[in-house]
Amino acid sequence: MRAAVIQFPGSNCDRDMAVALKAAGADVTMVWHKNTDLPDGLDFVAIPGGFSFGDYLRVGAIAARSPICQSVVAFANRGGYVFGVCNGFQVLTETGLLPGALLRNAGLKYICKHVELNVETTQSAYTSAYKADQSITIPIAHHDGNYNLDDANAQALFDQDRVAFTYADNPNGSVRSIAGVLSENRRVLGMMPHPERLADPAQGGTDGQPFFAGLMDQIATV
Amino acid sequence: MKARVYVMLKSGVLDPQGEAVRHALGALGFDGVQGVRQGKVIELDLAATDKAAAEVEVKEMCEKLLANTVIESYQIELS
Repeated sequence: MRAAVIQFPGSNCDRDMAVALKAAGADVTMVWHKNTDLPDGLDFVAIPGGFSFGDYLRVGAIAARSPICQSVVAFANRGGYVFGVCNGFQVLTETGLLPGALLRNAGLKYICKHVELNVETTQSAYTSAYKADQSITIPIAHHDGNYNLDDANAQALFDQDRVAFTYADNPNGSVRSIAGVLSENRRVLGMMPHPERLADPAQGGTDGQPFFAGLMDQIATV
Repeated sequence: MKARVYVMLKSGVLDPQGEAVRHALGALGFDGVQGVRQGKVIELDLAATDKAAAEVEVKEMCEKLLANTVIESYQIELS
């Protein structure tokens, strides 16, 4: 699998993402936000966590209008796999590739801790290596993770099996405890929790490892 | 020409920051505050001299960047 990790000023989980992808066997290229083109022959793009452009205006808003993001949107529209974690999820909602928006946590506090997630669907490249309804532990670290979407559209996400993960104990006020959302074609995923931060025994846990292993497996067979 | 853009969360969207401000006002003894909504004001200094053209342009800026219309509404004032 040929993967790219996008770097914005203020990205801070870009190298963690690259390490997790490489450990799973991917060939990883780092791509600076001012580039207008993605590398040729790419299978997968990751938009990492962090505080791109200092969260100015709205979280993810400036990054979503950067030159590279236009190429990422075109790549997704051609059927490419795009994964946004934390700030990357915020960027993906700002580009319109994923529905909804991420607002300030309901409790107004920055939350950094391990949370329990429920795997809501195994019908995606990202979740294929988990079991349905499996409970996994993944870290969160965010101030703006409160997923907002009106009731009808939130219900539609469940009806279309597009909710990848929910929080067992909603930490941030997200509608219907949604932690991760898939696009209609199931190839774009945005989620607030960080699977790349718990993908190696040295990090204190490996519940994120199947995420990357499953991804490698699925994309290699496409 | 100057434009002033007011961006607010839409009425159905919970504003936890506004709520926190309301509680803080209550703690200061302002008991009559029934609701607080916090938004932002963006001031633009425009080269345009034609008001109608400026309004069209600023509206496009709001739709494309200044507001996220999934959760926010905006109002434009030109002077």
